This record gives sequence, structure tokens and C-alpha cells, in this order.
Amino acid sequence: MSNEIEAIKDPGLPAHVHRRADTDPKAAKKAERQVAILFLLSSLGTITLIGAYIFIPQDVFIFFPVLGNTNAHQLFLGLGMAASLFFIGMGAIHWAKTLMPDEEVVIQRHEFRSPDEDRADFVRTAKEGAAAAGLGRRSLIKRSLGLSLGLAGLSPLILLRDLGPLPGDSLTKTSWKAGTRLVTDPGDRPIRPEDMEVGAVAQTLPEIAPGAHRKLSDIAKDAVLLIRLRPEEFNLDAERLSWTHEGIIAFSKICSHMGCAVALYEQQTKHLLCPCHQSTFDVTRAAKVIFGPSARPLPQLAIKVDSEGYLVAQSPFNEPVGPSFWERSS
Amino acid sequence: MKRLSRFRRHRAVAPLLLVLALFSIGTTFSVAGASTGSPLTAAEKSALIDEGQRIFLKGCSSCHGLNAEGAAIAPSLIGVGAASVDFQVATGRMPVADMSQQIARKDPVYNEKEVEALAAYVSSLAPGPGIPGEEHLNYERDGSTAEGGELFRTNCAMCHNFAGQGGALTQGKYAPTVMGVTPRHIYEAMVTGPQSMPVFSDKTITPEEKLSIIKWIKAAENEPQLGGAALGRVGPVTEGLLVWTLGLGMLVGVAVWLAMKAR
Repeated sequence: MSNEIEAIKDPGLPAHVHRRADTDPKAAKKAERQVAILFLLSSLGTITLIGAYIFIPQDVFIFFPVLGNTNAHQLFLGLGMAASLFFIGMGAIHWAKTLMPDEEVVIQRHEFRSPDEDRADFVRTAKEGAAAAGLGRRSLIKRSLGLSLGLAGLSPLILLRDLGPLPGDSLTKTSWKAGTRLVTDPGDRPIRPEDMEVGAVAQTLPEIAPGAHRKLSDIAKDAVLLIRLRPEEFNLDAERLSWTHEGIIAFSKICSHMGCAVALYEQQTKHLLCPCHQSTFDVTRAAKVIFGPSARPLPQLAIKVDSEGYLVAQSPFNEPVGPSFWERSS
Repeated sequence: MKRLSRFRRHRAVAPLLLVLALFSIGTTFSVAGASTGSPLTAAEKSALIDEGQRIFLKGCSSCHGLNAEGAAIAPSLIGVGAASVDFQVATGRMPVADMSQQIARKDPVYNEKEVEALAAYVSSLAPGPGIPGEEHLNYERDGSTAEGGELFRTNCAMCHNFAGQGGALTQGKYAPTVMGVTPRHIYEAMVTGPQSMPVFSDKTITPEEKLSIIKWIKAAENEPQLGGAALGRVGPVTEGLLVWTLGLGMLVGVAVWLAMKAR
């Protein structure tokens, strides 16, 4: 017995099977009609498009099954254009599949390398062109061209600067300082404790100087939600209780999971829900995570009232707000 | 006319004209006064409260207690105010059909008169937020759509969806759509905080700002859907569903047809 592996023989092409339209003139005629009908449908689509554009007013609404009340102008523009393009393609493919020649044809590959004389010809032409342009003689042009091309190539490196600067302490610091007033967002009005009934919430931001402008990147860190409960509903340790004021408690609105705005406050259950990944925080227990992917409670802002009776921050946040990052200590 | 003018010097003319004038002035006042919350006399008011108490004892006291003091299954209604009663009863949420996670909006059980009586009774127990009168709800005049949109996105959109279509909360609860809700009920919901919704105080969101929110909601409600199908206006969820099922399904169908050999 030999160990030689038997080479697989080239099975060749399967025998060509003629289509019905190749052999039966009647079938060919039928296929031709089908293709023509598809092209006519496309023409009808284009006419619908033009008609819809000219004749259907933009504010007409009609009932369309599944979609409901739909703008007729847009609907027929869309349907017309879809039919116009779709049936051209369908007709062309049906034509190719049923009527165009489908015999298998073998084309042998040829060598990719150009003949030697063509290659020599190319080199000669390039050299002649360079000599005629005077690249060798006119060194001023050559050098200035080299400088401009080199500098142009360097310019993308400058854009790499946008990868920096390093965030510094911008991830750990917010605009809240001791004594910063909490003002409504939007509206910028300071809030007194008596402005909020039990069960009330308020979206707040740190007060800024009149006329000053808030940066979006600051709002994204500074947003704070005020909630008022009955003081006896809290289940907090003494320190955290001293951070509240008469039942009003303040939390960062930035989710400690992925940084979405957590403001879905359920008044009856006292739960705060993040809409992005359903992390649920228990307000009565200092925003303890009771469900969902978040790893930490929402940072609590210590609040009190100032001499004029407005709510202010006792101190900055005691931890970075928002999601985890590499350099975060806790 | 001529026949009428014959009687112009009749004895009864002066008293008749006087009665007519008094009557027209009276009706003018009562019609004009109705929109500013018709001031009821003390007797009418106490009759209304009695009527409200009668309805309350029959329809509400089995859960909320004989004196609206609340029980294990239903909260106390002392101090919730007329606005809360009007919102809960006039939108059909109360009385509840079943004790499920969420008390849903349905056809109201009580008519306007009965709701008014119930509200009068409950607000007589202890003061609370009142029903805003028509003149306090002129959102077309006093509201600003742009400001309303900003307020809605900060204060309402997280639960009620950025287009006011409603959204999910925890454990089967949900924030209902705000489309098709009367301005009065939207206002009352903000003031009283029904069910899961918190209260939005008049100092943190002023009455004018509340009207701006209502104006924005009404603008969103009436927005023509010029872009074709709105798909519920809930954003990428339904749009993605349609593209991934209908759109890709059609493409798969076309691909299968393309690869099919003609016979």
C-alpha cells in the first residue's frame, strides 16, 4: 500500500443547465414582459414622487395602517422614490438572471509584470520630465518645495496636542465651596427651606456672579438635586444627618456608575432611579445603592442656611462626583 | 316695534326695566365671576361640603377612613388640598379600580359637580393647594414655549420622556404620558405630586414657569409630524426596532432573491 496522497482531481465545471427562457421562446417573451413591467413600475414610482411634490400640500395627514396618522406629502415622496429606485434594480436583475447570457466562460490569468521595454520607457519619460522642469538646476525651488512639503507633513502632529492636557483636579473638584448658595436650574433663584414642601424636589446649581456664564462642563459636574422629606424618615448616621437641613437633603445628580443625570425621584418609595442603567438609590439611607450596577452611593452635599435664610453648601463635596476613574482614591 | 312703543308710558314699564337691568347685571356678574371661581355664600359652601362628605362616606371612606384620616391601604387626605382631589378624581385615578403598582388614568367615575363637592369637603378638613382658576391657567398669554422647554428638560424629561411621552420607573411603576392632559390637571400634578411624582413648589418653579411648561407641552402635543411616521416619539427604541426588523428583513429578502438561480 502506498502512502502517497491521491491528488484531488479537478472536477471541472458542472454541465451547463439551460434556463427555460434559453430554450423556450414563449418563456423568453414572458420574461421580457416581466422586466418591462418592473421598469414601468419604477416609472410609476417616479411619477408618484413628482406628483406628490407638486400636488400634495405639506400639511395633509392621512391614516396609514401600522404607521398611524402620517404626513401624506412625505409618505408619497418616500414611497415614490423607493419604488422608483427599487424597481429599476429589480428589473435589471431579473433581466440579467432570465435573459442575459449565462454560459460559464473561462478567462486565463495573465502575468501582472509589464514588459521590460514598457518599464524602460517609463523611467526614460520620468527622467526627461525631471530634467525639463529643471529640478536639478533650480535648487531654490527644490529646497523651498522640500520645506513646504515637510512642514505640511508635520502639521498633524500639532493636533495631537488635543489629546491633552491632563485633567488635573477637574475630576475631583466641583464649583461647590463652603457658603455657595444653591440656585434653581433654570432660573438662578436662591432657595429658602420654607420654599419646599415635604415631597418637593428642586434641581439646583451653584450660584454664579450676575452676568457670568456657566460652562457646560461645569454644569455636568455641579448639578445637585434637593429633596425634602419628613426629618423622621431619614435613617442616617449623626454626621450625615448634620449635612441635611430640616429634612432637606442634597445629592449630586451625576450617577456614580456612568455619569447620567439621576433625577427620577419616586416620592412614595423615596428612591432615586438612574434612567440609563436602572441603578436605584435609597434617599433615606444617604443614597445607598439598592439595585443596579452602581458601585457607590451618590455623593451627598452638606447644606445649611446662611444669615439671610438661603440654602448654602456647608463645604465642597467630600468625594469626587460622577463615575469611577483610574486615579480615584476611593 | 310700533305696538311696543305704545306701552312706553305704561305704569309697569319702570319697575319692569328695573328688574330687567338688575337681572342683566346679575347674570353678567355671575358669568364673569364664574371664570374667577364663583364666590360661594357660606350657606352654599357648607351645603357643598355636606354633599362632598356624603359622597366621601359612600365612595372613599372604606379605604381613606371615615374622617379621611387614612388607613393601612390608603394615605390620609388631611391637608392634601382641593387640587389633589381634583387631579385624582377628575382624571379617573380615584377611586382605584385595583390595587396594583400604578393607579392609572381612566374615565372619571364622578361628574364635575361631585368632584367639586369632594374637593370642597377634603379642603375643609385642613388647608392645602387649591384648584387653580381659569385666570391662573392662561398659558397662551403668560407662558413662554422656549423657557418651558428648558424647564421641562431639566425637571420633567427624566421621567416623562423628552417628548412628554412617559417612561418607566421601578417595579412596574411608570410616569404617564403628558399628552392630552388638561392644563389644569398638569398644574395640579406639579403642585401636589401625585403617586411617585415629587412636588414642584411655587418658589422653585414659579407659577409663570409652570405655565411655560404647560405651553411647551401643548406645543409638543400639536406639533405636526412633518417627518412622516413618528413611531411613538420615544426616540431610538422604536426607530431601531423598525430598522432591525422591517428594514433588515426586507434586505434579507432581497439578498435571498438576488442569489436565487433563475430557472
